[in-house]
Amino acid sequence: MKKRSIVPYGPQHPVLPEPIHLDLVIEDEKIVEAIPSVGFIHRGLENLVQKRDFNQMAYVAERVCGICSFGHGFGYCEAIEDIMDIEVPDRAKYLRTIWFELSRMHSHFLWLGLLADGFGFENLFYQCWRIREKILDVLELTTGGRVIFSVNKVGGVMKDITPEMAGAILDMLASVKKELKAIVPAFTQDYSVKSRLVGVGVLTKQQAHDLGCAGPFARASGIQTDMRKLGYAAYGDLDFDVITSNDGDSYARCVVRINEIFQSISIIEQAIEKMPDGELAAVVKGNPQGESFIRIEQPRGEAIYYVSANGSPHLDRMRVRTPTFANLAGLCETLKGADYADVGLLILTIDPCISCTER
Amino acid sequence: MFEIKRSPWVLHYDGSSCNGCDIEVLACLTPVYDAERFGIINTGDPMQADILLITGGINSQNAPVVKQLYDQMPRPKVVCAVGVCACTGGIFKDCYNILGGADTVIPVDIYVPGCAARPQAIIDGIVKAVDLFEKRLEEHKQWVAEHENREKTDKSAAAKQPQKAQQPAGETAKAQSQNSAQRRSKNAKGRKTAKRRKK
Repeated sequence: MKKRSIVPYGPQHPVLPEPIHLDLVIEDEKIVEAIPSVGFIHRGLENLVQKRDFNQMAYVAERVCGICSFGHGFGYCEAIEDIMDIEVPDRAKYLRTIWFELSRMHSHFLWLGLLADGFGFENLFYQCWRIREKILDVLELTTGGRVIFSVNKVGGVMKDITPEMAGAILDMLASVKKELKAIVPAFTQDYSVKSRLVGVGVLTKQQAHDLGCAGPFARASGIQTDMRKLGYAAYGDLDFDVITSNDGDSYARCVVRINEIFQSISIIEQAIEKMPDGELAAVVKGNPQGESFIRIEQPRGEAIYYVSANGSPHLDRMRVRTPTFANLAGLCETLKGADYADVGLLILTIDPCISCTER
Repeated sequence: MFEIKRSPWVLHYDGSSCNGCDIEVLACLTPVYDAERFGIINTGDPMQADILLITGGINSQNAPVVKQLYDQMPRPKVVCAVGVCACTGGIFKDCYNILGGADTVIPVDIYVPGCAARPQAIIDGIVKAVDLFEKRLEEHKQWVAEHENREKTDKSAAAKQPQKAQQPAGETAKAQSQNSAQRRSKNAKGRKTAKRRKK
């Protein structure tokens, strides 16, 4: 039998922007098993429902994660609105869709940059983050915040997108589309980049299904899963397809996410065109009573919000199941048999968001 | 604005933040904000870092990690807490698993407020940290000089050689400066090889 050794990986590691610890059991240079241990960012945020009332919790829910912040605030508000039977005005639904897709775009650009950094292409990393800043500028113009927006509230949204702002968004989308098209060949056709991505960390469709993977990670393995097709917010009125790939390797995950950026651009353009006039928020009276279960599509995959209310301003329980939690099992599967040198890259390909996972 | 003489290396660690400040710290290093123009560079190795940028509050699981990172950094060192969570615990202050801001386990020199801290604020914090690092370095040099002086006098007292203890002050200083120059070049070598290895 070959000699086995255990290499600790993290929590502080140059490749990882966030702390996660993996115990890698290796045989020569090959990974036999990866054992994750989490809890470095656990804050106990869900417990705050007992100390803050349900309106204040919308701000806390946003801070589950700074990258997918809009989605978390949105999911929480959807759950409360579902309990209280609040009909959100159409304009608010469209505004939420636009901001959601903008945050998906900035998240995917962030991921593309980190991936480029992961395989050592620093120039490409900078290019992605430079383009990402344009999206953040537009988000700041429309919401007032760069990463934490605080525009969602129970019943609707707090801010409006004026025609000038809509024009700025469309201009930004046109320039981002052009610049993204220029850097896509570096990801998809470059010989060195392909050698790091093609065939690395393959996850078959069956494995992805059995392990319950979510989001672009599962879609890259050929699973047709996209919660936006449930038609929440304004997604029911907009035209888009679920982007999948059948290869299941790191290259497929990269291509799926690049195509999703183009898809987001098209969704925002449609939403701005179709956006109706009207109120921004419905009036909220009383306290919620009952429970609700909401599924939405975050940039990283399917997120589930469970809220249980008892008729007082303080909720009984809030629970968030985040996509990275679902994908960690898939990550450990892809790490088996991988080279030690690919570990950092493979961790990045699931687009880990540890803050979401541990809350 | 002060004169930048050295290029301190920055170590970034995510305590228990929501990621918002972390991506803003990373955004600071990209061409739009370009914090690297102040001579800093982001490193993943605490042993070679001079400035610790810490985001997020402290919880019971990451407290030993943060402490260890701080202890592994060579003296002199500067700690910069980025974001309101790292300053006081912020919005998560009342959570059961949050012990408080970064200063509950390590001494913090610079506090950058904001939720999430804006890149401009982070750059301001970094510039202040670079300035403080310069001052700390001078203090540290003095401390080393005093320490070496004391060691020498101790040694000579033990050997009972009063002539050597009465050495003119100028020579001692010269010897010290040579010593420290040697040490510096050694350090520089170490850094260079580390950089090469990284690349």
